[in-house]
Amino acid sequence: MLLDFFSALRKGGLPISTTEYLTLVQGLSRNVGTFSLNNFYQFSRMCLIKDESLFDRFDTIFQAYWEGREQTFDLQFDGIPDEWLKLANKDALTKEQMEQVEALGGFDKLMETLRKRMEEQDEEHHGGSKWIGTRGTSPFGHSGFNPEGVRIGGPGSGKRAVKVWEQRRYRDFDSSRELGTRNFKLALRSLRKLTRDGRPDKLDLDGTIQATANNAGLLELKMQAERRNAVNVLLLLDVGGSMDYHAALCEKLFSAARSEFKHLEHYYFHNFIYEKVWRNNSRRHTETLSLPSLINTYGKQYKLILVGDATMSPYEIAVPGGSVEHWNEESGAKWLYRLQQHFANCVWLNPEKPDYWDTTPSIRITKELMKGRMFNLSADGIQQAIDALKTPISTAPESPE
Amino acid sequence: MSDYIITDELQQAVDAALTLERPLLVKGEPGTGKTQLALEIASKLNAPLFQWHIKSTTRAHQGLYEYDAVSRLRDSQLGEDSVNDISNYILHGVLWDAFTCDERAVVLIDEIDKADIEFPNDLLQELDRMSFDVYETRETISAKHRPLVIITSNNEKELPDAFLRRCFFHYIEFPDKDTMQKIVDAHYPNVKKDLIQSALEVFFDLRELPGLKKKPSTSELLDWLKLLIADDLPAEALAANELRTVLPRMHGALLKNEQDVHLFERLIFLHKQRQR
Repeated sequence: MLLDFFSALRKGGLPISTTEYLTLVQGLSRNVGTFSLNNFYQFSRMCLIKDESLFDRFDTIFQAYWEGREQTFDLQFDGIPDEWLKLANKDALTKEQMEQVEALGGFDKLMETLRKRMEEQDEEHHGGSKWIGTRGTSPFGHSGFNPEGVRIGGPGSGKRAVKVWEQRRYRDFDSSRELGTRNFKLALRSLRKLTRDGRPDKLDLDGTIQATANNAGLLELKMQAERRNAVNVLLLLDVGGSMDYHAALCEKLFSAARSEFKHLEHYYFHNFIYEKVWRNNSRRHTETLSLPSLINTYGKQYKLILVGDATMSPYEIAVPGGSVEHWNEESGAKWLYRLQQHFANCVWLNPEKPDYWDTTPSIRITKELMKGRMFNLSADGIQQAIDALKTPISTAPESPE
Repeated sequence: MSDYIITDELQQAVDAALTLERPLLVKGEPGTGKTQLALEIASKLNAPLFQWHIKSTTRAHQGLYEYDAVSRLRDSQLGEDSVNDISNYILHGVLWDAFTCDERAVVLIDEIDKADIEFPNDLLQELDRMSFDVYETRETISAKHRPLVIITSNNEKELPDAFLRRCFFHYIEFPDKDTMQKIVDAHYPNVKKDLIQSALEVFFDLRELPGLKKKPSTSELLDWLKLLIADDLPAEALAANELRTVLPRMHGALLKNEQDVHLFERLIFLHKQRQR
């Protein structure tokens, strides 16, 4: 029975090893985490799950597996928690979605509707405790922005135990992220150019031995500066619009890059590269840096990483004046070309899934402009991007029009 | 009386770690008492506590031992007798002391995520077998009593899977209102109830504030309460329309970010306008 549970968890995509499973069994054999399903829940979670963002997935699988098998354990019965409706997180909504919610009479009204809907549903399937997916029936799922929709834990029939795993308190943590900063950092690590500079504050053992020997055995200490990663990286990030969806991923990349590279410069752009970029999003209209001065400020040794989903109308790339925000005298493609000419070591990281790349015209165009140097924003993609960064891009001598 | 409030879940996690002699990895928002936990367990068990605070430059072997070659070289120049015995120049680390302790010790490895990304991997064997070899003197130090190891992490770096497999994991959640009430009561037992009540309300409202860069934590709440108590403020002072006059003097304890303070002041301002 326990083995089934184990394989159910593995099937659910939770990274659980045999060692951890054995620890669980060992604990149970010594009466840790027995006597009640709640105890077992706590113990199995601390044994098997080592990342709070996976707690929610664990809760769901746990719930599905032990449904109807509670008799194995002794459960205490209690009322239904009223917190169900509070689970929905207003912060998770984008501005557009919030407006739609307002159009429907505000958040409270909507929650009230949902409550009614859940009650109806509960009467129909009495005792059922399946999750109510509001996808398709609720404005939250609208426009495919948030395909999960707001999912709300199902209330019981009044005689159910309070089960921690059903409350899904860790829902906010589950971003189903494919990778965290650790993978990013390890991938970014290969872009290293170790040099010694700065204050000599580390003992140079080999040098000391040599110097001491030269000094007829009288100790002579040699110090040297610590090895540091001296590679220069310029990061240009797309913000706003369709990139909001990828914000968390980009944040992760940014924090990984921040800790890996000492010489990291970053600027933002919107949708595509035009004549200016900015560093501070709240003052993006007043404090900008023109692209020519960007090129003049940062030398050719800088490695350029562009991050953006490149999802827009093709006009925004190819045509002067195509920008959605302002009148651009020259096309985005031309500006990108100028960047490539100066920063020959450049790549484009795209958080959008590669499956969509060929069907989205603007991504296809951007990929062509980048000479195929577009990679997915994932650990593997970054690895490939870093490899590509080591060789300069070959730009055609004539400027594209 | 102890002023550390422990939840049932955490209690269970500690019990399991003690029974099965596994390291317990504790994560959670800053200021939720991760480090305090180890101090508390040590005093409850009446066991000696060995603390190892990790910095970005900390290396794994520093927790085991270090060979001070430079002193030995210098002593040899001065012709000291001690130079013949290499063990005079082995400096013991935290884990060495904990392993050789005559009773079961509690080891705190604080903020393991501060160290280099490879750091946890270098401690795998040591934490698993609770023993390590000293290369210089060719001896093996193994634990007389397996210590209870508490490891805290602020989630700044992710930890390697191999390391995680060997640990138990507990995530300290931010306390709910009831638990927070207990925590505050334990720290400040003799304070006006209504002041604490309204302070808690302000505090939880503040945490709900959208767009806050850094949410105030438990330890910050306790600091803030200390300030309020020192000023002997009446509870009414924390009512919404008075906030604007009172808070500028106090918010330094709760909000640690310039942008957050601006955001907060703007909200208070809007709030006041709406009331008119």
